[in-house]
Amino acid sequence: MSGADDIAHLEEELPLGELPLDAWHRAKGARMVGFAGYHMPIQYEGIMAEHSWTREHAGLFDVSHMGQLTFSGEGVDDVLEHILPSDIKGLKPFRQRYSMLLDEEGGILDDLMVSRPGDGAFDGAAIYMVVNGATKYDDMGWIIDYLPDEVVMNHMEDQALLALQGPEASEALAALIPETADLLFMQSGLFTWRGVQLWISRSGYTGEDGFEISVPADDVALLADALCALPQVKPIGLGARDSLRLEAGLPLYGHDLSPAVSTIGADLGFAIQKRRREEGGFIGHARVMKELADGPGSKRVGLKIEGRLPAREGAKIFSGAVEVGEVTSGGFAPTVGAPIAMGWVSLPDSALGTALEIEVRGKRIAAVVAPMPFVPHRYRRKA
Amino acid sequence: MSRYFTDEHEWIDVEGEIATVGITDYAQEQLGDIVFVELPAEGTTFDKGDDAAVVESVKAASDVYAPISGEVVESNGALEDEPALVNSDAEEDGWFFKLRIADASELDGLMNEAAYKKFVASL
Repeated sequence: MSGADDIAHLEEELPLGELPLDAWHRAKGARMVGFAGYHMPIQYEGIMAEHSWTREHAGLFDVSHMGQLTFSGEGVDDVLEHILPSDIKGLKPFRQRYSMLLDEEGGILDDLMVSRPGDGAFDGAAIYMVVNGATKYDDMGWIIDYLPDEVVMNHMEDQALLALQGPEASEALAALIPETADLLFMQSGLFTWRGVQLWISRSGYTGEDGFEISVPADDVALLADALCALPQVKPIGLGARDSLRLEAGLPLYGHDLSPAVSTIGADLGFAIQKRRREEGGFIGHARVMKELADGPGSKRVGLKIEGRLPAREGAKIFSGAVEVGEVTSGGFAPTVGAPIAMGWVSLPDSALGTALEIEVRGKRIAAVVAPMPFVPHRYRRKA
Repeated sequence: MSRYFTDEHEWIDVEGEIATVGITDYAQEQLGDIVFVELPAEGTTFDKGDDAAVVESVKAASDVYAPISGEVVESNGALEDEPALVNSDAEEDGWFFKLRIADASELDGLMNEAAYKKFVASL
């Protein structure tokens, strides 16, 4: 049987780099795969068990492959408002925002988190940005062309990134750093733990409450050990990260998002605030305005699938005899207990409840356009 | 009854002219949590190496090839309701299908248990 390609869609070309926790993962029994140019843990005890553990307790994810960038210098906000479609000038210290890089045609080059540090974090940088691992070098190459001499971009290669996710994440992290319990969703802060400075935001990629922790690479193993020593916390691999984010309705760059698709079609218009839509002045603005007025050609939708057979990325979507789209992420959803998918379909077929069919190995399986998230978000917002 | 193994991580129990086919414990371990198994219909005939079944794990679909030529006489209906049987009992209750053997000489090149163990250890 062909077991070798079972995670083929996560794999990339060699050569692979080593992340700061490489030995730590191996010591924990992780099965390592190539992802975003690094050896990374796909699973420890099993995807289903890790998925459920995260939904019920707290999972620790190593996401150190992601690109952590800072920006400083005179006029940095103006420059970033040209590169990003989101409101940067209105971004207050300790606040984080979801955004993306768009090309001139409004195609999505990457999605990212942008925040304004405070308390002198990251050497007093004006902006902190986290971009996808697989795209980080392309992103930097893209961005640098738009930076004037006064604005400096720094890629923090010696900074690791952990995510602690799940309903018990707050309780667990508070055992090490009590003050983190006060953060709300998309807020961040600078904290000190055993003399190590940690930049922690209340955010994540699972739909659960949780945190993302930027930590110096030299200290990340110590922190990972301290977290995993807590009864609530287990290490979780990329496999469960993918099934968790799919259930949460969160798109994965390179699969659900690409230069071929637009922000409005992707249903990510929330990342472009009113002022930015009105004033423009960012790369890709024309496409955004056109699609807000006329509607996008196709839309990213959630799909609930009848039966047990999963529909995977690349499966064609039909309305009767007409091909109307393609699955961009799909698999068995452990918390839902059934296969689910995300895909792009033509606008007339994107309404909730639309009955469609997906072709899997020559067979048609029934699917319905379903609301996302598939599993409700449990972010900690203001009461 | 004798048990054979392939380098595609299938096992084959031969009893008279009937061969029972499944995937090995090593294979299920590599695949991870299995959520669906697509089995061939009774009466389907295979040449050795044909796509015979598909195993869907949480992450991906993997093909299972016909390890020998033959006609399907039975598929394991228990896997429809409980695909995880392949994880919990790959080499017994988690069998996939039974074939009426077309050419017994195709068994000659296959491994026995000791040889398969050695093969797995070398991976």
